[in-house]
Amino acid sequence: MPGKLKAKIVAGRHLPVMDRASDLTDAFVEVKFGNTTFKTDVCHKSLNPQWNSEWFKFEVDDEDLQDEPLQVTVLDHDTYSANDAIGKVYIDIDPLLCSEAASVISGWFPIYDTIHGIRGEINVLVKVELFNDLNRFRQSSCGVKFFCTTSIPRCYRAVMVHGFVEELVVNEDPEYQWIDRIRTPRASNEARQRLISLMSGELQRKIGLKVLEMGGNAVVGYLQCFDLEGESGLVVRAIGTACTLDKLSSGSAPNTNTHMHPNTAPASNACNSPSKDGKEPVFGEDLTSSSGPPTPFRALPTTSSSPPPFSPSKPCSRQSSSSDTDLSLTPKTGMGSGGSVGKEAGPLKTLLRQQTQTALEQREFPFFTLTSFPPGFLVHVGGVVSARSVKLLDRIHNPDEPETRDAWWEEIRQEIKSHAKALGCHAVVGYSESTSICEEVCILSASGTAAILNPRYMREGCLDIGITDHRFEEPSPPSCGFCHIPYDELNMPFPAQLTYCYLCRRQKVPDVLFTTIDLPPEAAVTGKGCLIQARLCRLKKKAQGEVNATAISNLLPFMEYELHTQLMNKLKLRSMNSLFGLHIQISVGENMLLGLASATGVYLTALPAPGGIQIAGKTPGELSNEHHILTIQKRINDTIAKNKELYQINPPKLFALDPEVFCGINMELTEEVVGSPIPEPRQRSRLFRSHSESSDEVSELDLSHGKKDAFVLEIDDTDAVEDIHSLLTDAPTPTGFYSCNTEIMPGINNWTSGVQMFTSVRVFRLSNANLTNQGLNKIFTDLCENLLKSFYFKLRSMIPCCLCQLNFTVAVPEEELIQVTVTAVAMTFDKDQTQEKTADKPPTKGGSETEEQLQFPLELCADSSSANCQPTSKISGVPESTNVSSRDRCSTWLELLRLKAHTMRRGSVKTSRRTQSLAHSVSSLERCSPLPEGRSRSLRSSRSFGGSSVTVVKMTPLSFLPGTRIIKYLGIINMFFIRETTSLREEGGVSGFLHTFIAEVFSMVRAHVAALGGNAVVSYSMKECMLMENPNKNQAQCLINVSGDAVICVRETDQEPTPSTTNIGHTSASATDEAT
Amino acid sequence: MTMELDVFVGNTTIMDEEVYQLWLDGYTVNDAVKVRMDGGVMEECEASADVLLSDTMDQYRTFQMCERLLHSPSKLGNQLLFQIPPHRQAMLIERYYTFDDAFVREVLGKKLSKGTKKDLDDIGAKTGVTLKSCRRQFDNFKRVFKVVEELKGPLVENIRHHFLLSDKLARDYAAIVFFANNRFETGKRKLQYLTFQDFAFCAGQLISNWTVGAVGEPADHQRSFRFYMDVDLDKEFLQELKELKVLITDKDLLDQHKSLVCTALRGKTKAFNEMETNFKNLSRGLVNIAAKLTNTKDVRDFFIDLVEKFIEPCRSDRWTAADIRLYLTHYNNSAHILDTFKHQVVWDRYMGVVKSCIFKMYHD
Repeated sequence: MPGKLKAKIVAGRHLPVMDRASDLTDAFVEVKFGNTTFKTDVCHKSLNPQWNSEWFKFEVDDEDLQDEPLQVTVLDHDTYSANDAIGKVYIDIDPLLCSEAASVISGWFPIYDTIHGIRGEINVLVKVELFNDLNRFRQSSCGVKFFCTTSIPRCYRAVMVHGFVEELVVNEDPEYQWIDRIRTPRASNEARQRLISLMSGELQRKIGLKVLEMGGNAVVGYLQCFDLEGESGLVVRAIGTACTLDKLSSGSAPNTNTHMHPNTAPASNACNSPSKDGKEPVFGEDLTSSSGPPTPFRALPTTSSSPPPFSPSKPCSRQSSSSDTDLSLTPKTGMGSGGSVGKEAGPLKTLLRQQTQTALEQREFPFFTLTSFPPGFLVHVGGVVSARSVKLLDRIHNPDEPETRDAWWEEIRQEIKSHAKALGCHAVVGYSESTSICEEVCILSASGTAAILNPRYMREGCLDIGITDHRFEEPSPPSCGFCHIPYDELNMPFPAQLTYCYLCRRQKVPDVLFTTIDLPPEAAVTGKGCLIQARLCRLKKKAQGEVNATAISNLLPFMEYELHTQLMNKLKLRSMNSLFGLHIQISVGENMLLGLASATGVYLTALPAPGGIQIAGKTPGELSNEHHILTIQKRINDTIAKNKELYQINPPKLFALDPEVFCGINMELTEEVVGSPIPEPRQRSRLFRSHSESSDEVSELDLSHGKKDAFVLEIDDTDAVEDIHSLLTDAPTPTGFYSCNTEIMPGINNWTSGVQMFTSVRVFRLSNANLTNQGLNKIFTDLCENLLKSFYFKLRSMIPCCLCQLNFTVAVPEEELIQVTVTAVAMTFDKDQTQEKTADKPPTKGGSETEEQLQFPLELCADSSSANCQPTSKISGVPESTNVSSRDRCSTWLELLRLKAHTMRRGSVKTSRRTQSLAHSVSSLERCSPLPEGRSRSLRSSRSFGGSSVTVVKMTPLSFLPGTRIIKYLGIINMFFIRETTSLREEGGVSGFLHTFIAEVFSMVRAHVAALGGNAVVSYSMKECMLMENPNKNQAQCLINVSGDAVICVRETDQEPTPSTTNIGHTSASATDEAT
Repeated sequence: MTMELDVFVGNTTIMDEEVYQLWLDGYTVNDAVKVRMDGGVMEECEASADVLLSDTMDQYRTFQMCERLLHSPSKLGNQLLFQIPPHRQAMLIERYYTFDDAFVREVLGKKLSKGTKKDLDDIGAKTGVTLKSCRRQFDNFKRVFKVVEELKGPLVENIRHHFLLSDKLARDYAAIVFFANNRFETGKRKLQYLTFQDFAFCAGQLISNWTVGAVGEPADHQRSFRFYMDVDLDKEFLQELKELKVLITDKDLLDQHKSLVCTALRGKTKAFNEMETNFKNLSRGLVNIAAKLTNTKDVRDFFIDLVEKFIEPCRSDRWTAADIRLYLTHYNNSAHILDTFKHQVVWDRYMGVVKSCIFKMYHD
C-alpha cells in the first residue's frame, strides 16, 4: 500500500441558504477517495461553518492516487428528507505525488454545482505520504512531471529529449448510457465530470509509464484532448514529448524576458553568439576561448566550445563548433574544392540526413510537441507537414482495447512522417493533433513542422555519434541556420524558389517559410510581426454516413488550397516572408465546413523580400475594367507600403548585392534574381500535405499554383473581386497594439508587468437560409475581425500592448451557428524603449559600405586560416558584439544589439537597486525575493492593499510571465467542468450563462493554483468550450476543459550567481547603450 | 452583426469606470452606448458601434454579476469569482453606495419601507434620477439601515466597517440612517431650502452629542440593551431637557438672561435692536423646543421647529449669519453666569448642537 492520503475539512464560507425558513444551512461534508467515504459533523445553522475536522486518512495504491481525484461534497443536512447537495470540489492530488512539486494542498476552493454554479467556498487541507515502492512491475508512474509548456520549462534543463509519447483511452459516455434517461441532469453531469477526471488520470499515468520506460522523468508539451463522439463513446487522448529534465538551482534561473532556455541563457550568450560574420576579428579572437563558433578553417572538432557546466543545450556551439566543415562554404578544409554549393550540398546533405536519421529512426515517430527549443537543437526547418483524415465513427465495443482509434492516429502519424521525409527531414517539431466531430463524421488532423534536429539531443546520438556525424553538419549560424533548406536542391519536394541566405550567404533558403513552431529566439528578424489569418467557409450538402464523409474529404483539399492562398496573399500584403505558429483548423458542421488558419507573419532577414501582388484583368480590352483594376492595384500597393511602415520592415539594402560575387561561388543560379529586393512576382508554397478519407486513399496535394504565376491575381469574376476586397478588409491593428499567435512577438522584448489573459466567445446565427460561399466567407471574416476589434477596444487602457498567443477556435455547434472562441493574453510593453530603438535606427547603409563589410570576412577567409576568426553567424543579438566601436555597421545588426542591450541594461539597473527588498506575495517560498520598487505591482497587489485574503493568481497562455521568473513548477492543472441550466433566461440568456461559467472556471483554476501555493498559471489553454443551447426549452449546457502549469514566480531579480560571461554582457551592453 | 452569444471574460475582471457610472445611473444598454458614442470614445480606438455595444453589454453583465457581492461589500474582498485589484474593489463599492443628493433629500427622514419604495417613480420623475438608480439608492439606504440598526457601537464606525465605505460616505449614511430611524421631518415646504449636506451636518451633531453612544461608556443597565448605540437619542438627556424650561418660566431668570446678553451685544451689531426686542420670543422658542423633545412627534419636528421658531424670525429681521453667530454665542454663554440656573451641563449639551445646527441651517 504505497500511499496514505490525508484530508482535513477546515471551514466553509458564503454558503447558500438551503433552509428557506431560517435563512440558514446545516452543512456537512463528505470526503471520498476511491470507494472510501468519510463524513464531517453537521454544522448547524450557519452559512460560514467551522468543521475543523479530524484528518481523514485513505490508504491507497499509488495507481489510484494517480487516477482518482479527491472528491469533496458539501451537503445540507435534512432530518426528514434526503440531504441536499450544495456542491462539490474535485481535487487532483497528482501534484502531491511529485517530490519537486507541491507538498500540501491547502486553501479555499469554490464549491461547484453543475446546475447552480459556484455556491460558497470550502477550506480543505490535503497531504500525501508516499512509501517507496521498489516493485518493478508497478502500474503507477508517480514522480513523472508533466508540463503543458511547449518548451523546456524555465528552471529546468534538458539532459535529454527522448521523443514522442502518446496514449488514448476510451469509454462510454455516461450521457449516452441508458441510465441517463432516469437520472437527474446533475447526476449525469457529475458522472461525466468524474469519468473524464478518472480517464485523464489514467491517461497521465500510462503516459508516465511510457516515459519511465524510455528513461525519462518528465513530459513536456503535454497536450490532452477529449473527443465526445456521442453515441460511439468518449475518447481522451494525449501526446507529449518525453524528456529527462534536471532542476536548476533557483539562482541561475534565467531572465524570462529573453525567452531562452534557462541555463543556456547565460551560456548561450557565450557560445551562441557568434561574432558577426567575422567582421569583428578582434572581438572574435577575444572570445574564442569562451565561445564556440568555429572558423570554417579550423580543423575538425574543436573542443573550444567549452560548454558551461549545465547547458544541455549550448547546442549551437556544439553544433557549429564541431561541425567545422561547412559544406556550403567555399570548402577549404579537407573536404576541399570550391565547387558550387548546389552540387556539393546535395549529396552531402543526404549523408548528413542519413547520419542524423539513425538517431531517430529507431523510434516510431520522431515527433516533438515542443514549439521552442534550446538553442542549437533545431538545425533546419523544412516546412509545414499536415495530414487530415475523415472517419466514420462507430461504437467503441471494447473500451479496454481502443484499437480502432489508435490505428486511425497511427495512420495519420505515418503520413506525417513520410511527408517530413519527403521534405528531407527526419523529425517533426511543433507537432499537434486535433479532431472535429459532427454527428458520426470525424475529421482527424495532425500537423507539425518538418525539421532536422541536432542529433546530440537524441538518445542514441547523445554521446557516441560524435565526430563523424558532426563533420557533416553545417555550422549554420543560429540567426539564420534554421531557414536553410534541409532538402535536396536538385530534387525538391515541391517547386520553390531558392536563393542564397541573406545573412550568411552560404546556403540556400526558400522564398517563404511556413512553420508551426515559435520563432527561434535567436532568429534574425526585420521589423515586427503580426497575426495573419485566413478564413474560409464552404457549404456542403447535408448527407449521412459514407456519402457525407466522401463529400467532406472531397472538399478538404480545396479548402486547404484556398486557405493557403489567402495566407500567402496576406503575408505579401504585409510584406513579410514567413509564418510561425501556423495552425489550420477545419471544423465540420452539418451543412458547412469552416477553415481558419492563424499564424504570426514575420520578415526573416535571412529570406528574400517578398514580391508584391499584381492584379490582372481577364478582359484587358475594357476601359472601365482596366481603370477598376488600376484602382485596386493602387490600393494594394498602398496597403503594402503602409504595412511596411506599420511593422517597421526595412530590410537592409546591403543585400542588393549579389552574394555570389563575394562568396566566390560559381553560380549557375544567377538567373534567379537572387537577393534582389525588387518584388519577385513568383512565389511558391511550402505546404506539403495530404488527405485521406476512410477509404485510406491518400492523395497528395501540391499547393503551389502550378505553372501559373501565383501572385498575379486575376479578376475574372465577381468572386475574385470579392476575394481581393476581403484581402483588403483586414483592418490594421490600431496604433499601440500588436498581435501574434506565438510566444514571442518579434521585435518586442521589453515587456512590462501588465498581463491580462482573457477568453472571448461569440456565436453567430446565420439567419439567411440561402447563403452562398461568398456570403458565408464575409460573415465569418467579419466575425473574426470584429472580435479582434473588440479586443483592441476593451484593452485600450493597456496601450502600448501586444496580444500574444491569440488562439482562435471555430466550431459549428449546430446547423446555422458559427462559434468562435478566443483565448489570448494582452501584455504591456515599454513603448519608449521601442521608440528609442526605432527612432535612432541609423539609416540603411548604402551599397559600398556594406560591401566592404561583407568582403571583410571573405578576405579573412581567404588568407587567415590561422586567425581563428568566426565568420559563422551574423546576427548575434548578444552583448559581446558590443565591442563594435563604430555605430555605422549594418543597421539591423545594431538595432538588434541595442534591443538586447536594453534588456541587459534593465538587468543591471535591477542589480543596483537590489537592496530595496519588499516582501513578496508567495508565502511558501523559502526566501523573499528582493524586488525593485515600482515594478510588477500587480503581482503583489492583493497582499499589499486592504488585507484581502485572496491570492492574486495570474494566468497566461505563454510559458512565462514578463518581469518575473518561475522558481517552481507545482504540477499540471487539467480541469474539466460541465455546467447546465434550466433557467437560461433568468441567468441572462446564453451570454449571461456562459459569462458566469467562464468566470467560474477561471476562479476554480485560480483557487487550485493558490491551494498548491502557486501564484500563476503558465501555458494556460482552454482546450474545449462546447456550448449546447435550447432557448425554447430555456436550457443550455456547456463543457469546458482547461489546462496549464501551476507555478510560483517571483519578481525578476538579478541572477546572483551569474556566469562571468553575462557580466561582461552587462557592462558592455550598457556601454554600447551609452555609446549609441 | 448581432450575436447569438457574445462574451468576453478576463482573468482580471475588466471594468470601465465610465460604463460603471452609466450602469449605476440606470441607463439602458442602448442609452449607454449612445452616451459613450457622444463622448467620443469611438475615435479613441477606431471602434465601431457594434464594438461599443458588445463592450457595454459585457460590462453590464459583469456589473450585474458583481451586484450581489456589492450588497455585502466585505464579501467582495474574499470572494473567488472575480479577480479584482483591491483599489478597484474600493472604487466599485464607493461608487455603488454613492447617491444623488437630490434623491436622498426626497427620502430623508422617511420610513424606509415598501410604501416609500412605491413612491420612487414619482421621486425619480421629480429629481430626474432614473427609477433603476432610485431603487438602487433606496435599497442601499435600507440595507445599511437594516445592518447597523441592531449593532452596538458608534454608527459611523459600524457603517464604515460593514460596508467598507470612505469616511465621508459613511458619515452621510449615518445621517440617513439616523434620520430614517428618528423620522425627522424634512419634507415640509419651509425646509425645502435646506440641502442634504445641511441635514447631514446636523445629524452628525446630534449623533455625536445627543445619543447614548455620545456620552461614552454606557451605564450597566444599558450595556446589554440596544441603548448603547447612537442611532437613538439619549432618553435620559431628553428628560433632563425639561429642566431648561426654568429659563423661560422664571421671569427673573429670563430678564436676567436678557440683560446679560444685551450688555454683551450692545454696539457689536447693527441688528441689536431687533435682538433686544425679539429676545424673549427667541429664547422661548429654543427652550420650548428642548422641553418638548420627550415627545417622539416633537422630535420629528425638531428641524421645522428650529426654522419656525428661530430662523424665520431672524431672517425676517435680516440678521446676517455673523449676527446669528454672535447672538447665539452670547445667548449660550450668558446662561452660565445665571447663578440660579443649575443645569449648565444639559444646557451646554443642548445649545452646542442647536447652535451649530442653526449656523448650518441659516442661509443668508
